[in-house]
Amino acid sequence: MAHAALPSSAVSLRDAVALAGRFPLLAGVDLEVAVGETVLVEGPNGAGKTSLLRVCAGLVPLASGQLAVLGLDPARHRTAVRRRVGLLSHASHLYDDLTVRENVRFAVRAAGGDTSRIEPACERWGLVGRLAKTSAGKLSAGQRRRVALAVLTARWPELWLLDEPHAGLDAAARALLDAAVIEAAASGVTVLIASHESGPVEALASRAVTVTGGRVTGQRALPSSSGGAATPTPTEARVAHVA
Amino acid sequence: MWRDAVLVAGKDLRIEGRSRVGLSQVAPFGIVALVLFAFALGPDRQVMAKGAPGLFWVAVLFCTVLAIQRSVSVESSDGARDGLRLSGIDPAGLYLGKAFAVAAQLVVLELLLGAGVVVLYGAHIEVPWMIVASCVLGTIGLAATGTLYGALSSGLRVRETLLPFLLLPIAAPVLLAGTRIWQAAMAGGLPSSGTQWLRLLVVFDAVYVAVGVVLFGPIQETA
Repeated sequence: MAHAALPSSAVSLRDAVALAGRFPLLAGVDLEVAVGETVLVEGPNGAGKTSLLRVCAGLVPLASGQLAVLGLDPARHRTAVRRRVGLLSHASHLYDDLTVRENVRFAVRAAGGDTSRIEPACERWGLVGRLAKTSAGKLSAGQRRRVALAVLTARWPELWLLDEPHAGLDAAARALLDAAVIEAAASGVTVLIASHESGPVEALASRAVTVTGGRVTGQRALPSSSGGAATPTPTEARVAHVA
Repeated sequence: MWRDAVLVAGKDLRIEGRSRVGLSQVAPFGIVALVLFAFALGPDRQVMAKGAPGLFWVAVLFCTVLAIQRSVSVESSDGARDGLRLSGIDPAGLYLGKAFAVAAQLVVLELLLGAGVVVLYGAHIEVPWMIVASCVLGTIGLAATGTLYGALSSGLRVRETLLPFLLLPIAAPVLLAGTRIWQAAMAGGLPSSGTQWLRLLVVFDAVYVAVGVVLFGPIQETA
């Protein structure tokens, strides 16, 4: 299923078909996303946006077609791909009986991430003081989302897959999220943002891809203000960010 | 693998320590089961002492099902299982960590149930080391099989009813061997009759730990 992806390609899908039983989640998707690019995946409910992100994360295998993520086939290099990919999904992946800080710490350590980034990430999302010691089970939906975002920014993977990232967040958190995406793009991270409300996200992306019925049915360039802004080459930017 | 196992075991035990489901629900369930068995057997202490080994392991088996269901449900809420998969954690480490956490809970339960058997049934133990050995090996076997079959049923809506159906027949050798070892330990004399059952438990544990380490990852991906 693997194919020789271009080194500059973060995500490469060719005629990708994914099934849930007999139901087609993806019905022949062709998509190329360059390293360091920020792409908006738009489409109505049930179009296949979430499935597309889950396929890219290696959570859903392809029934046919070809997929390369960061130059690797997720089916063959599962662990290597997953450690370099972060998925912000509808679920927050939190344990209710662990505190906020314990959840972030566990998720970052499980992913082999740098634990020194945990505290700055919690501070970025306002998860400090008493809130950091609160059980995840007592959090609101928006607060759970912030914890999931803290995990993502603490890990700082090379490919961010954001599924309806603004959902459940207040205005302040949305602004923080937008700033994090802009910072990630500037540091060479590739970002795929799935949203059925493209308006708030368009400013972050350089390109919009329309998904309908499990296929890519169109794409358009966006008047990018940040996400696709010319930055140093992705590799240079990433080295600078790590440094 | 070992780093991930320690990480997962620590997480599961911390969650168990916070929720106290094991101590507040599973342990009382086991004690109630022992009391009910005692009612069913009648007031004859000799009959109860004779049935003690088998009833102890039946109670442990029932508690194992509950402990495994709890271990699975922890990963089922809020997409936690997907979170683990996404982290790229070593599946073998995940398996060993979860199995260790279940085993640690079972050890505590067995201490309580063992005390219950001695007090309620008047069981008298002549060869304590055989009891300890049977509990250690039996616990490893139950945790190994339970964690594996728990993962197998985890993605299904009927997992609560399917897990006992899958697990209890598979764990029957542990029940059989554990009972025989306890009988030998209570009868005293030569422990040779017990040691052959201990060997069976060693083989059972080795096979299921190995199978779990190899198959847990593929099961996680398909369940």
